[in-house]
Amino acid sequence: MTTVQEAGAAVAERQPRVLVFSTNGISDPGIDLAGSLHMHYSPEVVVVSLPCTSAVRPDWVLFALEQGFDGVFIASDGDECAYLSDCARRSARILARAQDLLAEHGIDDRRLRMAAICSVCAESFARQVREFTAALATLAAA
Amino acid sequence: MSATRSPEGSGTNEPRLAVYVCQCGGNIGDYIDTQHVIDVVRDLPGVQVARDAMFTCSDSNQQEMIDDIARESLDGFVVACCSPKLHTFTFRGVAERAGVNPYRVTQVNLREQCSWTHTDDPAGATRKAIRLVTAGVARACHGTALEPVQVSTTPCVAVIGGGVAGMRAAIGLADVGLDVCLVELEAELGGWTGRFGELFPRGVSGRALVRRMRQEIASRPGIEVLTGARVVGKSGTYGNYRVTIAIGDATTERTVGQIVVATGFDAYEPVAGEFGYGSPGVVTLPEFRRLLDETDGPIVHDGRTVRSIAYIYCVGSRTDGHAYCSRYCCSAAAQASLLVADRDPDLQQYHLYRDLRTYGRNEVLFGESRRRGSYYLRFADDDPPQVSVDGEGVSITVHDLLTAGAELTVAADLLVLVTGMVPRPEDDLIAALKLPVGRDGFLNEIHPKLRPVETVVDGVLIAGACQAPKTVAESVASGMAAAAQAAAVLKRGVASLDPQVAIVHDAACDGCGECVAACPFGAIALAGSDGHAVATISASGCKGCGACTPVCPIGAIDLQGYTDEQVRAMIVGLLDGGVR
Repeated sequence: MTTVQEAGAAVAERQPRVLVFSTNGISDPGIDLAGSLHMHYSPEVVVVSLPCTSAVRPDWVLFALEQGFDGVFIASDGDECAYLSDCARRSARILARAQDLLAEHGIDDRRLRMAAICSVCAESFARQVREFTAALATLAAA
Repeated sequence: MSATRSPEGSGTNEPRLAVYVCQCGGNIGDYIDTQHVIDVVRDLPGVQVARDAMFTCSDSNQQEMIDDIARESLDGFVVACCSPKLHTFTFRGVAERAGVNPYRVTQVNLREQCSWTHTDDPAGATRKAIRLVTAGVARACHGTALEPVQVSTTPCVAVIGGGVAGMRAAIGLADVGLDVCLVELEAELGGWTGRFGELFPRGVSGRALVRRMRQEIASRPGIEVLTGARVVGKSGTYGNYRVTIAIGDATTERTVGQIVVATGFDAYEPVAGEFGYGSPGVVTLPEFRRLLDETDGPIVHDGRTVRSIAYIYCVGSRTDGHAYCSRYCCSAAAQASLLVADRDPDLQQYHLYRDLRTYGRNEVLFGESRRRGSYYLRFADDDPPQVSVDGEGVSITVHDLLTAGAELTVAADLLVLVTGMVPRPEDDLIAALKLPVGRDGFLNEIHPKLRPVETVVDGVLIAGACQAPKTVAESVASGMAAAAQAAAVLKRGVASLDPQVAIVHDAACDGCGECVAACPFGAIALAGSDGHAVATISASGCKGCGACTPVCPIGAIDLQGYTDEQVRAMIVGLLDGGVR
């Protein structure tokens, strides 16, 4: 298995790899819209869509970073979740648990970001993953 | 054919899969080297067939998929094409026709989230495509056959909004034997159309049309009409929703199988001073229609006979805040000018427009309007007419592109601002039904052509001008489409619920009860004997959100279709993808 540190050395030659967790009803349509509008971001950004942000397991975040992703971006439902009125609160708890898990494993918590992406938030998504990609590149160079 | 259902979550028996990569015409194929993707993923575990196609959704390709499945005894397939929001049901249908469980179909989003995003980087897009398809195959390898949960449905539809779209939907539903609860905010049915006289393109009176529809509704005992009423809440599950309706201070409930939202539009209200609005002699198109519909003989406004009329088009349309074209207003203004010409052939009429959109039969209105003496002057997008109002009338200065930008001044007794449609502020209803709202503020369908009346909320349909600006004829047509869609579900009497719900691995569960507290739908309970209680999840009560999965301290709950095993396999696939 490639450790995060080893992956960091290789990152200089390629763009940072970002795993996005989106949601079928809210943020994934927003990400689709970014594509429909031909808003560019790094092709190293890939998306796994789930029904709801509250279904993201913190250990998946750790697993992705240990396996070789440079960053994980949770494109959350925010207040728009069709299932749960308190989805934002639950998502925040999942984020905190994931951060604790990363700390336990000595992984920089700047590799994990979360932001609410609504079903028409195409521009916001494209901008945020571009910024995240740039921040991860800086992290790798440091 | 393999019909064995592998134990939950275990991928021990490697399935036999096909992989199809769609070119989507050039939408994918122009940016992603689909042949290269095929060459790489062909060797992945489980893959028996790998092909690309010009259009995987075409009838001929669907048949080839069915033939592949029979010939190779496949258990399922991966199709890499457009967003799953579009063709999930198309490809599940292919699986069903081929005798394969529809939940053994895995879709990979290669268009919206790859080729269209990376039009600037074809090599990067191709590398990403390989990783995405690899993850899709990994997910499919750990997938299982799932059987839909069947629920009986209530043969009744709540139709919200009693304008032409809602009335037509109610009549159509009653005619196929379904009960209807028609909920109207106003004191009587009819909406905008009930106030209109002659309508384009066929000259039918709106008032007469609505009168006839009201009679048709009254003659159908299956339609319950609630006026002065609004929907304030929705509970229950798909096929059997409980709808709460407020009438005055009282509330009542109805159980319905489907909901049709047809709440219509508002007319754009210009701000004070916009093209002289608020001054004497300046009216909006709906105000002008009321004048035409409620009077006879020569046109009289503010006690004065009108000798000349100017129209300014696109007021409140195709501008900041309302970027869309309202589609109906050009035709409505051309038609209004004909109604005027019928009453006073000598009245001068000047139409100041940006672009004209008198599509279909409505082109005839425009031609007829010109033939009968209306002048059409065209102004540039960034050079709108200037309006000044004095006691004698309205004076409009315009640079007419049709006469080489010449500055012309039109003196008119009446200026009609050809205003468009805007979405109604239905915030409470949108919140109660969780309706999807588009960037323009109108309600959003799943796809304008493929699924034009369905929303992302199962069992909630939309019709008429709440969806987008529409003419009366288009609203009636969409009302009928919504009725057909609702009836197609409810006439079967049973509906299939998505089986991608949460399951408990009984042997692991220690009955701590964390998940019971986490489920907002009350779908999880602790049950068992011999002092060993385990969580059990109701398949019809579970909505499949997955919120219980991260709260289980020992990972004993999985969401079908998104199991721990599947997500981890996808993460690995997204990194490997043969190009690591």
